[in-house]
Amino acid sequence: MEYRIALAQFAPRLGEVDDNVELARGWLRRGVAQGAQLTVFPELALTGYLLSDLVPEVAMRADDARLAALSREAPGMLVAVGFVEETEEHRFCNSAALLRDGELIGLHRKVYLPTYGMFDEGRFTRRGNRIRAEAVGEPLGRIGLSICEDFWHASLPMLQAQDGAQLLVNLAAGPARAPGSSAGLAAIAGWHKMQDTYALLGTVAVAFCNRVGNEEGLTFWGGSRLLGADGSTIAEAPLYEEALVVGAIETDDLRMQRYSLPLLADERLELVRRELDRIIAERAGLPEPNPEDQA
Amino acid sequence: MTVERAPLPEIDAGQVIEIIVAFIRSQLEQTGFRRVVVGLSGGVDSATVAYLAVRAVGAENVLVLRMPYRTSSPESETDALRVVEALGCRSERIDITPMVEPMLTLIGDADDLATRVRRGNVLARQRMIVLYDRSAAFDALVAGTSNKSEALLGYGTLYGDMACAIAPIGDLYKSQLRSVATALGVPAEIIAKPPSADLWPGQTDEGELGASYDDLDRILFALVDRRWTAERCEATGMDAKLVAWAAQRVARNEFKRQQPPVAKVSLRTPGVDHLYPRRRPGSRRGS
Repeated sequence: MEYRIALAQFAPRLGEVDDNVELARGWLRRGVAQGAQLTVFPELALTGYLLSDLVPEVAMRADDARLAALSREAPGMLVAVGFVEETEEHRFCNSAALLRDGELIGLHRKVYLPTYGMFDEGRFTRRGNRIRAEAVGEPLGRIGLSICEDFWHASLPMLQAQDGAQLLVNLAAGPARAPGSSAGLAAIAGWHKMQDTYALLGTVAVAFCNRVGNEEGLTFWGGSRLLGADGSTIAEAPLYEEALVVGAIETDDLRMQRYSLPLLADERLELVRRELDRIIAERAGLPEPNPEDQA
Repeated sequence: MTVERAPLPEIDAGQVIEIIVAFIRSQLEQTGFRRVVVGLSGGVDSATVAYLAVRAVGAENVLVLRMPYRTSSPESETDALRVVEALGCRSERIDITPMVEPMLTLIGDADDLATRVRRGNVLARQRMIVLYDRSAAFDALVAGTSNKSEALLGYGTLYGDMACAIAPIGDLYKSQLRSVATALGVPAEIIAKPPSADLWPGQTDEGELGASYDDLDRILFALVDRRWTAERCEATGMDAKLVAWAAQRVARNEFKRQQPPVAKVSLRTPGVDHLYPRRRPGSRRGS
Protein backbone atom coordinates (compact mmCIF):
# COMPACT_ATOMS: atom_id res chain seq x y z
CA MET A 1 0.00 0.00 0.00
CA GLU A 2 1.25 3.46 -0.89
CA TYR A 3 1.63 6.02 1.82
CA ARG A 4 2.14 9.62 0.68
CA ILE A 5 4.37 11.90 2.70
CA ALA A 6 4.94 15.64 2.24
CA LEU A 7 8.03 17.42 3.54
CA ALA A 8 7.35 21.15 4.03
CA GLN A 9 10.80 22.71 4.00
CA PHE A 10 9.97 26.32 4.76
CA ALA A 11 11.59 29.33 6.45
CA PRO A 12 9.92 30.16 9.76
CA ARG A 13 10.10 33.72 11.11
CA LEU A 14 12.09 33.95 14.30
CA GLY A 15 9.85 34.47 17.31
CA GLU A 16 6.68 35.12 15.26
CA VAL A 17 4.43 32.27 16.29
CA ASP A 18 1.21 33.59 14.72
CA ASP A 19 2.96 34.24 11.40
CA ASN A 20 4.46 30.76 11.44
CA VAL A 21 1.16 29.05 12.20
CA GLU A 22 -0.27 30.90 9.21
CA LEU A 23 2.67 29.93 6.99
CA ALA A 24 2.40 26.31 8.12
CA ARG A 25 -1.31 26.35 7.34
CA GLY A 26 -0.50 27.40 3.76
CA TRP A 27 2.03 24.58 3.34
CA LEU A 28 -0.41 22.12 4.84
CA ARG A 29 -3.04 23.06 2.28
CA ARG A 30 -0.53 22.31 -0.44
CA GLY A 31 0.11 18.93 1.18
CA VAL A 32 -3.62 18.22 1.15
CA ALA A 33 -3.84 19.21 -2.52
CA GLN A 34 -1.10 16.69 -3.30
CA GLY A 35 -2.79 13.91 -1.43
CA ALA A 36 -0.31 13.64 1.43
CA GLN A 37 -1.30 11.37 4.34
CA LEU A 38 1.48 12.80 6.51
CA THR A 39 3.06 16.27 6.36
CA VAL A 40 6.32 16.86 8.17
CA PHE A 41 7.49 20.33 9.18
CA PRO A 42 10.98 21.27 10.38
CA GLU A 43 12.29 21.56 13.92
CA LEU A 44 10.88 24.62 15.76
CA ALA A 45 8.78 25.39 12.68
CA LEU A 46 6.35 27.49 14.72
CA THR A 47 9.01 29.58 16.50
CA GLY A 48 12.27 29.74 14.58
CA TYR A 49 15.55 28.37 15.90
CA LEU A 50 17.91 30.95 17.46
CA LEU A 51 15.52 31.90 20.21
CA SER A 52 17.78 32.37 23.24
CA ASP A 53 15.73 34.18 25.88
CA LEU A 54 12.68 34.29 23.62
CA VAL A 55 11.96 30.70 24.67
CA PRO A 56 9.38 31.50 27.38
CA GLU A 57 7.72 34.05 25.10
CA VAL A 58 7.03 31.58 22.29
CA ALA A 59 6.39 28.44 24.34
CA MET A 60 3.04 26.68 24.23
CA ARG A 61 1.50 23.64 25.86
CA ALA A 62 1.26 20.51 23.73
CA ASP A 63 -2.53 20.80 23.93
CA ASP A 64 -2.47 24.40 22.67
CA ALA A 65 -5.48 25.28 20.54
CA ARG A 66 -3.22 26.64 17.80
CA LEU A 67 -1.66 23.21 17.25
CA ALA A 68 -5.06 21.55 17.16
CA ALA A 69 -6.42 24.16 14.74
CA LEU A 70 -3.43 23.75 12.45
CA SER A 71 -4.00 20.02 12.28
CA ARG A 72 -7.74 20.42 11.60
CA GLU A 73 -6.73 22.30 8.46
CA ALA A 74 -5.96 18.88 6.95
CA PRO A 75 -8.71 16.40 7.85
CA GLY A 76 -7.47 12.84 8.32
CA MET A 77 -3.85 13.82 7.73
CA LEU A 78 -1.00 13.21 10.18
CA VAL A 79 0.99 16.36 10.91
CA ALA A 80 4.42 16.44 12.57
CA VAL A 81 5.44 19.93 13.63
CA GLY A 82 8.20 21.41 15.76
CA PHE A 83 7.51 23.96 18.50
CA VAL A 84 8.70 25.09 21.94
CA GLU A 85 6.74 23.15 24.51
CA GLU A 86 6.12 24.32 28.05
CA THR A 87 5.21 21.37 30.23
CA GLU A 88 2.82 21.51 33.17
CA GLU A 89 5.76 21.90 35.51
CA HIS A 90 7.18 24.71 33.28
CA ARG A 91 9.92 22.74 31.67
CA PHE A 92 10.74 24.25 28.28
CA CYS A 93 11.47 21.66 25.59
CA ASN A 94 12.24 21.58 21.91
CA SER A 95 9.36 19.30 20.93
CA ALA A 96 7.63 17.72 17.97
CA ALA A 97 3.89 17.21 18.06
CA LEU A 98 2.18 14.52 16.04
CA LEU A 99 -1.41 15.48 15.35
CA ARG A 100 -4.45 14.19 13.49
CA ASP A 101 -7.83 15.90 13.23
CA GLY A 102 -6.89 18.24 16.05
CA GLU A 103 -5.85 15.42 18.39
CA LEU A 104 -2.36 15.11 19.81
CA ILE A 105 -1.46 11.50 19.11
CA GLY A 106 2.28 11.65 19.71
CA LEU A 107 4.92 13.89 21.24
CA HIS A 108 8.70 13.79 21.17
CA ARG A 109 10.92 16.06 23.24
CA LYS A 110 14.41 16.50 21.79
CA VAL A 111 16.65 14.17 23.77
CA TYR A 112 20.03 15.37 22.56
CA LEU A 113 20.42 19.15 22.76
CA PRO A 114 23.66 20.17 21.05
CA THR A 115 25.57 22.51 23.35
CA TYR A 116 28.96 22.74 21.71
CA GLY A 117 30.62 24.65 18.89
CA MET A 118 28.03 26.89 17.28
CA PHE A 119 25.16 25.34 19.24
CA ASP A 120 23.84 26.47 22.61
CA GLU A 121 20.54 24.63 22.95
CA GLY A 122 21.09 23.13 26.39
CA ARG A 123 21.33 26.60 27.78
CA PHE A 124 17.79 27.57 26.82
CA THR A 125 15.80 24.32 26.63
CA ARG A 126 15.62 21.14 28.70
CA ARG A 127 16.14 17.68 27.29
CA GLY A 128 13.47 15.08 26.76
CA ASN A 129 13.64 11.71 28.55
CA ARG A 130 11.62 9.42 26.37
CA ILE A 131 12.43 7.47 23.21
CA ARG A 132 9.38 5.75 21.75
CA ALA A 133 7.62 4.82 18.57
CA GLU A 134 4.18 6.37 18.42
CA ALA A 135 1.12 4.34 17.38
CA VAL A 136 -0.54 5.91 14.34
CA GLY A 137 -2.71 3.07 13.04
CA GLU A 138 -2.56 1.28 9.70
CA PRO A 139 -0.73 1.06 7.38
CA LEU A 140 2.35 2.25 9.30
CA GLY A 141 1.53 0.98 12.75
CA ARG A 142 4.10 3.10 14.53
CA ILE A 143 6.41 5.94 13.63
CA GLY A 144 9.48 7.25 15.46
CA LEU A 145 9.79 11.00 15.90
CA SER A 146 13.14 12.66 16.48
CA ILE A 147 14.57 16.14 16.24
CA CYS A 148 17.78 17.02 14.38
CA GLU A 149 20.70 16.16 16.72
CA ASP A 150 18.76 13.14 18.04
CA PHE A 151 19.66 11.47 14.74
CA TRP A 152 23.38 11.78 15.43
CA HIS A 153 22.92 9.19 18.18
CA ALA A 154 22.32 5.85 16.47
CA SER A 155 20.75 4.31 19.56
CA LEU A 156 17.70 6.55 19.24
CA PRO A 157 16.45 5.59 15.75
CA MET A 158 17.47 1.96 16.33
CA LEU A 159 15.43 1.85 19.55
CA GLN A 160 12.48 3.34 17.71
CA ALA A 161 12.81 0.70 15.00
CA GLN A 162 12.85 -1.98 17.69
CA ASP A 163 9.82 -0.34 19.27
CA GLY A 164 7.88 -0.96 16.07
CA ALA A 165 8.49 2.15 13.96
CA GLN A 166 8.10 1.54 10.23
CA LEU A 167 8.90 5.16 9.53
CA LEU A 168 11.45 7.44 11.18
CA VAL A 169 10.56 11.12 11.03
CA ASN A 170 13.31 13.63 11.75
CA LEU A 171 12.49 17.34 12.04
CA ALA A 172 15.63 19.45 11.58
CA ALA A 173 17.10 22.93 11.60
CA GLY A 174 20.55 22.30 10.18
CA PRO A 175 22.74 25.35 9.50
CA ALA A 176 25.12 25.32 6.51
CA ARG A 177 28.86 25.44 7.19
CA ALA A 178 31.87 25.56 4.88
CA PRO A 179 30.00 24.56 1.72
CA GLY A 180 32.26 22.81 -0.73
CA SER A 181 35.06 22.03 1.70
CA SER A 182 35.44 18.52 3.00
CA ALA A 183 33.93 19.70 6.29
CA GLY A 184 30.93 21.12 4.47
CA LEU A 185 30.49 17.91 2.58
CA ALA A 186 30.76 16.10 5.86
CA ALA A 187 27.86 18.15 7.15
CA ILE A 188 25.44 17.46 4.29
CA ALA A 189 26.90 14.18 3.03
CA GLY A 190 27.19 13.05 6.65
CA TRP A 191 23.46 13.53 7.06
CA HIS A 192 22.84 11.53 3.91
CA LYS A 193 25.06 8.64 4.98
CA MET A 194 23.39 8.52 8.35
CA GLN A 195 19.85 8.52 6.93
CA ASP A 196 20.75 5.85 4.36
CA THR A 197 22.29 3.72 7.08
CA TYR A 198 19.28 3.96 9.41
CA ALA A 199 16.92 3.02 6.58
CA LEU A 200 19.10 0.05 5.71
CA LEU A 201 19.88 -1.20 9.22
CA GLY A 202 16.44 -0.47 10.61
CA THR A 203 14.65 -1.68 7.47
CA VAL A 204 12.57 1.42 8.02
CA ALA A 205 11.47 4.35 5.87
CA VAL A 206 13.00 7.74 6.73
CA ALA A 207 11.45 11.19 6.35
CA PHE A 208 13.85 14.09 7.03
CA CYS A 209 12.56 17.65 6.89
CA ASN A 210 15.19 20.38 7.27
CA ARG A 211 14.28 24.06 7.29
CA VAL A 212 15.64 26.83 5.07
CA GLY A 213 16.00 30.59 5.58
CA ASN A 214 18.33 32.79 7.60
CA GLU A 215 18.57 33.75 11.24
CA GLU A 216 21.32 36.13 12.35
CA GLY A 217 24.32 34.86 10.38
CA LEU A 218 23.00 31.30 9.97
CA THR A 219 21.64 29.87 6.73
CA PHE A 220 19.68 26.63 7.00
CA TRP A 221 20.33 24.25 4.14
CA GLY A 222 17.09 22.37 3.50
CA GLY A 223 17.73 19.32 1.32
CA SER A 224 14.85 17.36 2.91
CA ARG A 225 14.67 13.68 1.93
CA LEU A 226 12.35 10.73 1.88
CA LEU A 227 13.92 7.26 1.84
CA GLY A 228 12.46 3.82 1.37
CA ALA A 229 13.15 0.98 3.81
CA ASP A 230 15.97 -0.25 1.56
CA GLY A 231 17.76 3.11 1.68
CA SER A 232 16.61 4.23 -1.77
CA THR A 233 15.86 7.93 -2.26
CA ILE A 234 12.18 8.50 -3.02
CA ALA A 235 12.08 12.27 -2.92
CA GLU A 236 14.60 15.04 -2.31
CA ALA A 237 14.14 18.80 -1.88
CA PRO A 238 16.52 21.46 -3.20
CA LEU A 239 19.17 23.11 -1.03
CA TYR A 240 18.41 26.53 0.54
CA GLU A 241 15.00 27.06 -1.13
CA GLU A 242 11.53 26.71 0.30
CA ALA A 243 9.82 23.65 -1.16
CA LEU A 244 7.18 21.05 -0.54
CA VAL A 245 8.27 17.67 -1.80
CA VAL A 246 5.90 14.74 -1.81
CA GLY A 247 6.73 11.08 -2.24
CA ALA A 248 5.14 7.74 -1.54
CA ILE A 249 6.60 4.88 0.45
CA GLU A 250 5.32 1.42 -0.39
CA THR A 251 4.48 -0.62 2.71
CA ASP A 252 4.60 -3.88 0.71
CA ASP A 253 8.24 -3.14 -0.07
CA LEU A 254 8.91 -2.59 3.61
CA ARG A 255 7.20 -5.91 4.40
CA MET A 256 9.31 -7.86 1.92
CA GLN A 257 12.43 -5.98 2.96
CA ARG A 258 11.85 -7.14 6.51
CA TYR A 259 11.34 -10.71 5.29
CA SER A 260 14.50 -10.66 3.16
CA LEU A 261 16.57 -8.82 5.73
CA PRO A 262 15.30 -9.78 9.20
CA LEU A 263 17.76 -7.54 11.01
CA LEU A 264 15.29 -6.14 13.50
CA ALA A 265 13.86 -9.51 14.40
CA ASP A 266 17.35 -11.03 14.78
CA GLU A 267 18.60 -8.28 17.09
CA ARG A 268 19.77 -9.73 20.42
CA LEU A 269 18.15 -7.15 22.67
CA GLU A 270 18.82 -9.14 25.83
CA LEU A 271 22.51 -9.25 24.93
CA VAL A 272 22.54 -5.53 24.14
CA ARG A 273 20.91 -4.85 27.46
CA ARG A 274 23.34 -7.04 29.43
CA GLU A 275 26.37 -5.38 27.86
CA LEU A 276 24.88 -1.94 28.36
CA ASP A 277 24.24 -2.69 32.02
CA ARG A 278 27.85 -3.79 32.37
CA ILE A 279 29.21 -0.67 30.64
CA ILE A 280 26.98 1.62 32.70
CA ALA A 281 28.11 -0.08 35.90
CA GLU A 282 31.78 0.19 34.93
CA ARG A 283 31.44 3.88 34.13
CA ALA A 284 29.69 4.53 37.42
CA GLY A 285 32.28 2.50 39.33
CA LEU A 286 29.64 -0.01 40.51
CA PRO A 287 30.17 -3.76 40.75
CA GLU A 288 29.48 -5.56 37.49
CA PRO A 289 25.92 -6.88 37.34
CA ASN A 290 25.76 -10.64 37.66
CA PRO A 291 25.02 -11.99 34.18
CA GLU A 292 23.21 -14.96 35.77
CA ASP A 293 20.60 -12.55 37.15
CA GLN A 294 19.78 -11.30 33.72
CA ALA A 295 20.26 -14.22 31.42
CA MET B 1 53.93 18.46 -0.53
CA THR B 2 53.62 21.25 1.99
CA VAL B 3 50.67 22.61 0.08
CA GLU B 4 48.83 19.31 0.25
CA ARG B 5 49.40 18.89 3.96
CA ALA B 6 48.46 22.46 4.78
CA PRO B 7 45.84 23.40 2.26
CA LEU B 8 44.16 26.70 1.67
CA PRO B 9 40.58 26.63 2.83
CA GLU B 10 38.43 25.42 -0.06
CA ILE B 11 34.88 26.52 -0.59
CA ASP B 12 32.17 26.16 -3.17
CA ALA B 13 31.94 29.72 -4.46
CA GLY B 14 28.48 29.16 -5.96
CA GLN B 15 26.99 28.02 -2.68
CA VAL B 16 28.78 30.76 -0.76
CA ILE B 17 27.28 33.38 -3.06
CA GLU B 18 23.84 31.83 -2.65
CA ILE B 19 24.20 31.88 1.16
CA ILE B 20 25.48 35.48 1.34
CA VAL B 21 22.89 36.86 -1.06
CA ALA B 22 20.14 35.22 1.01
CA PHE B 23 21.79 36.58 4.16
CA ILE B 24 21.76 40.16 2.86
CA ARG B 25 18.13 39.90 1.76
CA SER B 26 17.01 38.37 5.00
CA GLN B 27 18.88 40.91 7.15
CA LEU B 28 17.22 43.74 5.24
CA GLU B 29 13.82 42.09 5.43
CA GLN B 30 14.17 41.44 9.15
CA THR B 31 15.27 44.99 9.93
CA GLY B 32 12.78 46.72 7.65
CA PHE B 33 15.30 48.13 5.15
CA ARG B 34 15.50 47.70 1.40
CA ARG B 35 18.79 49.35 0.57
CA VAL B 36 22.51 48.90 1.15
CA VAL B 37 25.45 51.32 1.33
CA VAL B 38 28.99 50.11 0.66
CA GLY B 39 32.24 52.03 0.92
CA LEU B 40 34.04 51.22 -2.33
CA SER B 41 37.82 51.47 -2.21
CA GLY B 42 38.66 49.89 -5.54
CA GLY B 43 39.96 46.76 -3.81
CA VAL B 44 38.64 43.23 -4.11
CA ASP B 45 36.86 43.11 -0.74
CA SER B 46 34.58 46.10 -1.20
CA ALA B 47 34.07 45.26 -4.89
CA THR B 48 32.91 41.77 -3.89
CA VAL B 49 30.51 43.20 -1.32
CA ALA B 50 29.11 45.63 -3.92
CA TYR B 51 28.57 42.76 -6.38
CA LEU B 52 26.87 40.65 -3.69
CA ALA B 53 24.68 43.58 -2.62
CA VAL B 54 23.58 44.27 -6.20
CA ARG B 55 22.80 40.59 -6.68
CA ALA B 56 20.75 40.64 -3.46
CA VAL B 57 18.72 43.82 -3.88
CA GLY B 58 19.35 45.18 -7.38
CA ALA B 59 21.58 48.04 -8.56
CA GLU B 60 18.99 50.73 -7.84
CA ASN B 61 19.03 49.80 -4.15
CA VAL B 62 22.79 49.89 -3.72
CA LEU B 63 24.75 53.08 -3.11
CA VAL B 64 28.53 52.86 -3.26
CA LEU B 65 30.62 55.64 -1.78
CA ARG B 66 34.06 56.51 -3.03
CA MET B 67 35.80 58.45 -0.28
CA PRO B 68 39.30 59.40 -1.37
CA TYR B 69 41.82 61.35 0.70
CA ARG B 70 44.31 63.56 -1.11
CA THR B 71 47.04 60.90 -1.00
CA SER B 72 44.77 58.07 -2.13
CA SER B 73 46.03 56.25 -5.18
CA PRO B 74 44.32 57.32 -8.43
CA GLU B 75 44.35 53.67 -9.57
CA SER B 76 42.08 52.83 -6.64
CA GLU B 77 39.54 55.31 -7.92
CA THR B 78 39.83 54.03 -11.48
CA ASP B 79 39.14 50.50 -10.24
CA ALA B 80 36.23 51.67 -8.11
CA LEU B 81 34.72 53.35 -11.17
CA ARG B 82 35.13 50.11 -13.10
CA VAL B 83 32.91 48.42 -10.50
CA VAL B 84 30.32 51.21 -10.63
CA GLU B 85 30.20 51.01 -14.39
CA ALA B 86 29.88 47.24 -14.43
CA LEU B 87 27.14 47.19 -11.79
CA GLY B 88 25.22 50.30 -12.77
CA CYS B 89 24.56 51.05 -9.13
CA ARG B 90 24.28 54.47 -7.51
CA SER B 91 27.60 56.05 -6.72
CA GLU B 92 28.84 59.14 -4.93
CA ARG B 93 32.29 60.62 -4.51
CA ILE B 94 32.98 62.37 -1.25
CA ASP B 95 36.49 63.73 -0.73
CA ILE B 96 37.29 63.34 2.97
CA THR B 97 40.41 65.55 2.82
CA PRO B 98 38.84 68.72 4.25
CA MET B 99 37.11 66.71 6.94
CA VAL B 100 40.27 65.09 8.29
CA GLU B 101 42.98 67.71 7.79
CA PRO B 102 42.44 69.54 11.12
CA MET B 103 42.75 66.25 13.02
CA LEU B 104 45.75 65.13 10.98
CA THR B 105 47.47 68.46 11.67
CA LEU B 106 46.99 67.76 15.37
CA ILE B 107 48.60 64.33 14.98
CA GLY B 108 51.46 65.66 12.84
CA ASP B 109 53.25 63.74 10.12
CA ALA B 110 56.25 62.16 11.81
CA ASP B 111 57.51 59.27 9.72
CA ASP B 112 57.11 56.51 12.29
CA LEU B 113 54.70 53.57 12.27
CA ALA B 114 52.67 54.72 15.27
CA THR B 115 51.96 58.08 13.64
CA ARG B 116 51.11 56.45 10.31
CA VAL B 117 48.68 54.11 12.04
CA ARG B 118 47.06 56.97 13.95
CA ARG B 119 46.64 58.93 10.72
CA GLY B 120 45.28 55.85 8.97
CA ASN B 121 42.77 55.33 11.78
CA VAL B 122 41.50 58.89 11.31
CA LEU B 123 40.87 58.23 7.61
CA ALA B 124 39.10 54.94 8.34
CA ARG B 125 36.93 56.50 11.04
CA GLN B 126 36.06 59.52 8.92
CA ARG B 127 34.91 57.18 6.17
CA MET B 128 32.73 55.43 8.75
CA ILE B 129 31.14 58.78 9.63
CA VAL B 130 30.39 59.50 5.99
CA LEU B 131 29.06 55.96 5.38
CA TYR B 132 26.72 56.08 8.35
CA ASP B 133 25.53 59.56 7.47
CA ARG B 134 24.83 58.57 3.89
CA SER B 135 23.13 55.36 5.07
CA ALA B 136 20.70 57.50 7.08
CA ALA B 137 20.05 59.76 4.11
CA PHE B 138 19.70 56.84 1.68
CA ASP B 139 17.64 54.82 4.17
CA ALA B 140 20.03 51.89 3.97
CA LEU B 141 22.12 49.51 6.01
CA VAL B 142 25.92 49.74 5.92
CA ALA B 143 27.41 46.53 4.56
CA GLY B 144 30.89 45.93 5.99
CA THR B 145 33.83 44.94 3.84
CA SER B 146 36.11 43.27 6.39
CA ASN B 147 37.15 39.69 5.68
CA LYS B 148 38.04 36.85 8.03
CA SER B 149 41.81 37.15 7.55
CA GLU B 150 41.68 40.80 8.65
CA ALA B 151 39.29 40.13 11.50
CA LEU B 152 41.46 37.34 12.91
CA LEU B 153 44.67 39.32 12.59
CA GLY B 154 43.01 42.50 13.87
CA TYR B 155 44.04 44.23 10.69
CA GLY B 156 41.34 46.87 10.72
CA THR B 157 40.32 50.01 12.55
CA LEU B 158 37.85 49.63 15.40
CA TYR B 159 34.85 51.90 14.72
CA GLY B 160 36.40 52.61 11.34
CA ASP B 161 36.35 50.11 8.49
CA MET B 162 35.20 47.45 10.97
CA ALA B 163 31.96 49.34 11.67
CA CYS B 164 28.91 47.99 9.85
CA ALA B 165 25.34 46.78 10.24
CA ILE B 166 25.99 43.48 8.47
CA ALA B 167 29.20 41.69 7.56
CA PRO B 168 28.60 39.68 4.37
CA ILE B 169 32.21 38.57 3.81
CA GLY B 170 33.33 38.47 7.45
CA ASP B 171 33.69 34.67 7.43
CA LEU B 172 35.67 34.43 4.18
CA TYR B 173 39.44 34.31 4.10
CA LYS B 174 41.12 36.64 1.66
CA SER B 175 42.17 33.72 -0.53
CA GLN B 176 38.58 32.39 -0.61
CA LEU B 177 37.29 35.84 -1.42
CA ARG B 178 39.24 35.87 -4.63
CA SER B 179 37.43 32.78 -5.90
CA VAL B 180 34.08 34.27 -4.86
CA ALA B 181 35.01 37.54 -6.61
CA THR B 182 35.93 35.60 -9.75
CA ALA B 183 32.63 33.73 -9.71
CA LEU B 184 30.78 37.03 -9.32
CA GLY B 185 32.57 38.57 -12.30
CA VAL B 186 34.58 41.20 -10.40
CA PRO B 187 37.09 42.67 -12.92
CA ALA B 188 40.27 40.59 -13.05
CA GLU B 189 42.54 43.64 -12.53
CA ILE B 190 40.92 44.24 -9.16
CA ILE B 191 41.29 40.63 -8.09
CA ALA B 192 44.91 40.45 -9.22
CA LYS B 193 46.32 43.64 -7.71
CA PRO B 194 48.15 43.62 -4.36
CA PRO B 195 45.70 44.29 -1.49
CA SER B 196 46.16 47.68 0.12
CA ALA B 197 44.35 49.71 2.77
CA ASP B 198 45.68 52.74 0.85
CA LEU B 199 46.01 54.69 4.08
CA TRP B 200 49.39 56.04 3.04
CA PRO B 201 51.19 56.03 -0.32
CA GLY B 202 52.80 52.72 -1.22
CA GLN B 203 51.14 50.82 1.63
CA THR B 204 50.28 47.20 0.90
CA ASP B 205 48.64 44.75 3.31
CA GLU B 206 51.18 42.07 2.62
CA GLY B 207 54.08 44.53 3.05
CA GLU B 208 52.66 45.68 6.34
CA LEU B 209 51.72 42.21 7.61
CA GLY B 210 55.07 40.81 6.45
CA ALA B 211 53.63 37.78 4.66
CA SER B 212 51.34 36.87 1.79
CA TYR B 213 47.65 36.27 2.43
CA ASP B 214 48.05 32.79 0.96
CA ASP B 215 50.62 31.90 3.61
CA LEU B 216 48.69 33.66 6.37
CA ASP B 217 45.41 32.03 5.39
CA ARG B 218 47.01 28.58 5.46
CA ILE B 219 48.19 29.27 8.98
CA LEU B 220 44.92 30.84 10.16
CA PHE B 221 42.86 28.06 8.60
CA ALA B 222 44.99 25.49 10.43
CA LEU B 223 45.01 27.32 13.77
CA VAL B 224 41.41 28.47 13.80
CA ASP B 225 39.24 26.25 11.63
CA ARG B 226 41.12 23.00 12.12
CA ARG B 227 42.23 23.75 15.70
CA TRP B 228 45.82 22.70 15.01
CA THR B 229 48.55 23.44 17.54
CA ALA B 230 51.48 25.62 16.52
CA GLU B 231 53.68 22.51 16.64
CA ARG B 232 51.51 20.70 14.14
CA CYS B 233 51.54 23.74 11.83
CA GLU B 234 55.33 23.77 11.94
CA ALA B 235 55.51 20.02 11.34
CA THR B 236 53.70 20.54 8.04
CA GLY B 237 56.32 23.02 6.90
CA MET B 238 54.79 26.33 7.92
CA ASP B 239 57.22 28.99 9.05
CA ALA B 240 57.51 28.75 12.85
CA LYS B 241 58.00 32.48 13.36
CA LEU B 242 55.04 33.33 11.18
CA VAL B 243 52.84 30.79 12.97
CA ALA B 244 53.77 32.26 16.35
CA TRP B 245 53.24 35.79 15.10
CA ALA B 246 49.81 34.95 13.64
CA ALA B 247 48.70 33.11 16.78
CA GLN B 248 49.72 36.07 18.89
CA ARG B 249 47.86 38.51 16.65
CA VAL B 250 44.72 36.41 16.82
CA ALA B 251 44.91 36.43 20.61
CA ARG B 252 45.91 40.05 20.96
CA ASN B 253 43.04 41.24 18.77
CA GLU B 254 40.27 39.27 20.43
CA PHE B 255 39.02 42.57 21.85
CA LYS B 256 38.36 43.91 18.37
CA ARG B 257 35.99 41.06 17.56
CA GLN B 258 33.88 41.33 20.68
CA GLN B 259 31.65 43.82 22.40
CA PRO B 260 33.44 45.63 25.26
CA PRO B 261 33.01 43.85 28.61
CA VAL B 262 30.30 45.32 30.83
CA ALA B 263 31.04 45.40 34.56
CA LYS B 264 28.33 43.16 35.90
CA VAL B 265 26.47 44.53 38.90
CA SER B 266 22.83 43.70 38.16
CA LEU B 267 20.86 40.45 38.07
CA ARG B 268 20.51 40.51 34.32
CA THR B 269 23.04 42.07 32.00
CA PRO B 270 22.86 42.56 28.24
CA GLY B 271 25.23 40.17 26.50
CA VAL B 272 25.78 38.09 29.62
CA ASP B 273 22.41 36.72 30.68
CA HIS B 274 20.06 38.95 28.71
CA LEU B 275 20.43 37.08 25.45
CA TYR B 276 18.28 37.71 22.41
CA PRO B 277 18.70 37.47 18.69
CA ARG B 278 19.24 40.89 17.12
CA ARG B 279 16.26 40.46 14.88
CA ARG B 280 13.14 39.45 16.73
CA PRO B 281 9.50 40.45 17.14
CA GLY B 282 9.39 44.20 17.63
CA SER B 283 12.92 44.80 16.34
CA ARG B 284 11.84 45.44 12.78
CA ARG B 285 11.69 49.11 11.90
CA GLY B 286 8.09 50.32 11.80
CA SER B 287 6.81 47.25 13.63
